[in-house]
Amino acid sequence: MTSFPLQISRPIHPTGIWNWITTIDHKRIGILYGVTAFILFIIGGIEAMLMRSQLASSNMKLINPELYNQLFTMHGTTMIFLAIMPMGAAFFNYLIPLQIGARDVAFPRLNAFSYWTFLAGAIILNASWFLGGAPNAGWFGYAPITGKAYNVGHGIDFWIVSLQVLGIASLAAAFNFIVTIINMRAPGMTFSRLPVFTWMSFITAILLVLAFPVITVALIELMFDRFYGTNFFITSAGGNPVLWQHLFWVFGHPEVYILILPAMGIVSEILPTFSKKPLFGYPVVILSGIIIAFMGWMVWSHHMFTVGLGPVANSVFALTTMAIAIPTGVKIFNWLATLWKGSLTLNTPMLYAIGFILTFTIGGISGVMHSQAASDAQQQDTYFIVAHIHYVLFGGSLIAILGGIYYWFPKFSGRMYNETLGKLGFYSFFIAMNITFFPMHFTGLNGMPRRIYTYSSEFGWDFWNLISTIGVFLLAAAMIIFIYNIVSSWINGEKAPADPWDARTLEWSIPSPPPEYNFAVIPTVEHRDDWWEKKMQNKTSEEISSGDIHLPQPSYWPFVVSIGLLIAAFGLIYNIPVAILGTAITMIGVYAWSFEPVNDPD
Amino acid sequence: MFNLSRKILFINKLAKTKFLLMAFITLILTISCSSKDPQSTFDTLGPVSRLQLELFYILFWVGLIIFILITAVVLYIILKYRAKSGDPIPEQIHGNTKLEIIWTILPIIIIVAIAVPSVQAIFASSKPDNSFTNNDLTINATGKQWWFEFEYPEYGLITANEVHIPIGEAVTIKLHSKDVLHSFWVPKLAGKVDMVPNNNNHLWLQADEPGIYYGHCAEFCGQAHALMRFKLIAETREEFEAWIIHQKTNAWTTTDPLAQQGMEIFMSREAGCYACHTIQGTDKAKGNQGPNLTHFASRTHFAAGILENNQANLREWLKDPNKVKPGNLMAKNAGIYNGTADELTDNEISALIAFLRGLQ
Repeated sequence: MTSFPLQISRPIHPTGIWNWITTIDHKRIGILYGVTAFILFIIGGIEAMLMRSQLASSNMKLINPELYNQLFTMHGTTMIFLAIMPMGAAFFNYLIPLQIGARDVAFPRLNAFSYWTFLAGAIILNASWFLGGAPNAGWFGYAPITGKAYNVGHGIDFWIVSLQVLGIASLAAAFNFIVTIINMRAPGMTFSRLPVFTWMSFITAILLVLAFPVITVALIELMFDRFYGTNFFITSAGGNPVLWQHLFWVFGHPEVYILILPAMGIVSEILPTFSKKPLFGYPVVILSGIIIAFMGWMVWSHHMFTVGLGPVANSVFALTTMAIAIPTGVKIFNWLATLWKGSLTLNTPMLYAIGFILTFTIGGISGVMHSQAASDAQQQDTYFIVAHIHYVLFGGSLIAILGGIYYWFPKFSGRMYNETLGKLGFYSFFIAMNITFFPMHFTGLNGMPRRIYTYSSEFGWDFWNLISTIGVFLLAAAMIIFIYNIVSSWINGEKAPADPWDARTLEWSIPSPPPEYNFAVIPTVEHRDDWWEKKMQNKTSEEISSGDIHLPQPSYWPFVVSIGLLIAAFGLIYNIPVAILGTAITMIGVYAWSFEPVNDPD
Repeated sequence: MFNLSRKILFINKLAKTKFLLMAFITLILTISCSSKDPQSTFDTLGPVSRLQLELFYILFWVGLIIFILITAVVLYIILKYRAKSGDPIPEQIHGNTKLEIIWTILPIIIIVAIAVPSVQAIFASSKPDNSFTNNDLTINATGKQWWFEFEYPEYGLITANEVHIPIGEAVTIKLHSKDVLHSFWVPKLAGKVDMVPNNNNHLWLQADEPGIYYGHCAEFCGQAHALMRFKLIAETREEFEAWIIHQKTNAWTTTDPLAQQGMEIFMSREAGCYACHTIQGTDKAKGNQGPNLTHFASRTHFAAGILENNQANLREWLKDPNKVKPGNLMAKNAGIYNGTADELTDNEISALIAFLRGLQ
């Protein structure tokens, strides 16, 4: 073999920190994603608690307006890009190969790269807190307040650069999962037998690939405005701020489905398992997922009903938005039909999944209310919208993710969680969530605009704001129960069997936690819900591997490439030569990655 | 016969419970969002907000019924289909085409039914039809960080943070922004429309009753977004015209020595107030960075609708505007506040207050 410079042999670190840094095992990367995202979720939650404390009553002086603006910007950006999306990625990573009967993803090193780049993006964004102030223009960053004329610090620069880095991470992951799902399916695992979670992940990955370039364009234009004096959004030079809004929401609305489709996938796995019935109307559930994803591209201007696009445009987007309620409604009916005449075990994951149906329905209904452009003019930019977004993101995406963590907990930890604590955690979470977010409907209809750091007592908003604030502290208590249960069970829970739930999909056919190679023998799939069918037909005999399992090997380079991006990002903000250095590290990393040798099998 | 009357009785009872339930829910809504509150969207005092509320109620009732049905089904399922030990494995039903077609068509029908009033409302709220009295009154509203400027082009009149309109007439408000995005919103009269730089938006509204209506900026616009408010004062046509005539006169007539001293401070190089504020009828005060103060004393509120126009509030404001409204331009640019000139003494503030209170 010809030798290239920088041809460093593959790392061999069976344990310790280097093992985690060089790992390319999709299961470990999944755990890295999940734990990191959860920590960031806690940070975003603390930001929310600070804001709610300031809003507990009128004229509070706890938090100054500048800090408040930074808090809501960071809360939104963190929860969407650093918490919910990567938690979804954690599930994709851990589960997709297991559900399709593969030993890893198609590009294991790219997968590690996605994680480290996501972490780099999270670090860049949060570093702004310590480097002169966080971004302060909202997670939507509407022009022209993001321009240099109104925003002199570096906060917005951190926001622009970190979102681009996060975009790279998301795109790499999305391509990886698309290729994995298309190419790595076990024999017989046709698309019509694919587990629903994997199907929804597949659709999500396609949405990611199509949506992220749009925000990247917008971010690059904004970056050029700020760094190099272009005038895309500079209104004094004739720039049009509405352009930003179009670009942002052409990305932003598919993004909503990027956040909710994996959750729908999780729920579609939990409900059949604990009602001992297959998902009702599998093809229709998949098809509605596809239709939702497709129609998600035709509704973006419903975020802009008050921008002044005129009655014709508003009517069109009102109609398309109402239409998207149809496939969503169909999904809810199919879930209910799955439960119907089932044999229901109401343990913790099932409670979360049923809770999802109820709270997501509330969010869906307020969503249809917002589709009414005329009456939405009263609700747009008020707390009614804040209530809506939290019912679909918190009472939709997050509640399903928490249920999913419980559902697959035995699989990834190899241990059982505490059921009593789990249920207690769910009920307190569910009640606290409604105490926090339901009153926001009232304050919104009572004329309270969102993104205000204070309000006067004359408005009559004090009471329900106080209730919301109490709710958020209860919610924090409920999350502590959740975290305690997960952590303590992970450390010393009962050992979990391979298939504790008598479940239906392939991941339950292998030990908990799965061995590094996942499947001793790649299964041959004959049915939808193959594992369940095999159990029904008593065909679950342990197959012994021939012992010759080829596994992808660890690598240093994904980490190095991501470090390069991290340095380049800071360089873009502070010093161009540093950016060049970072890019050079990335390029060298990519080069070395390409020619990385394979260690001998033995 | 007997059966029929029982049936009627039952239906009656049903209708009664339904009525009671509806009344109860409406009661909850009105208590939670008391229509007495100044920005309640339930206290509709103009045709546009009324139309919007009617549409809201259609969606609200349809949504509530759907939510109750789904919740009822979930509860029924939970109670009825709990697993008991020794249960056989339930029948593995994979789907039912007929059912699925039904529950695809059902939401389609509901959506189509809602779509009709929805689109009607969009067009009806976009411009007033011929049934409204329309004297072609047009007002230019401009959002600035963080206050509103109102111009009456046909009267050559500019005022700030308080806009007067005659009742019972459709009024067109053209919306502009001088800096970032803002939004014009008077909840009791009409839903909001954004003020976007380089885009000429407008809305129309009508107030049915005289009164002081609350307005609030509804699009995030920076540090003091929460404090960017205004008042809309609706009055009879006669009162409105009298107000216009009064606003067009020069206000400055007082001979009170304290106010006189206040004017000197206002026009002095040190304080420099005149550089940003216009007071019509003076040679010096012609600035347009800040609100036009010509008839300042005739306004009920100041500082973008957040403070009642009285001595104590004026003192608080003039002493430290940044404390009242963080980040505002006056605190940033005026020498007396940013430390490049001597601070105002209490006596000077008293004089300024006397001057401003004299601008009737």
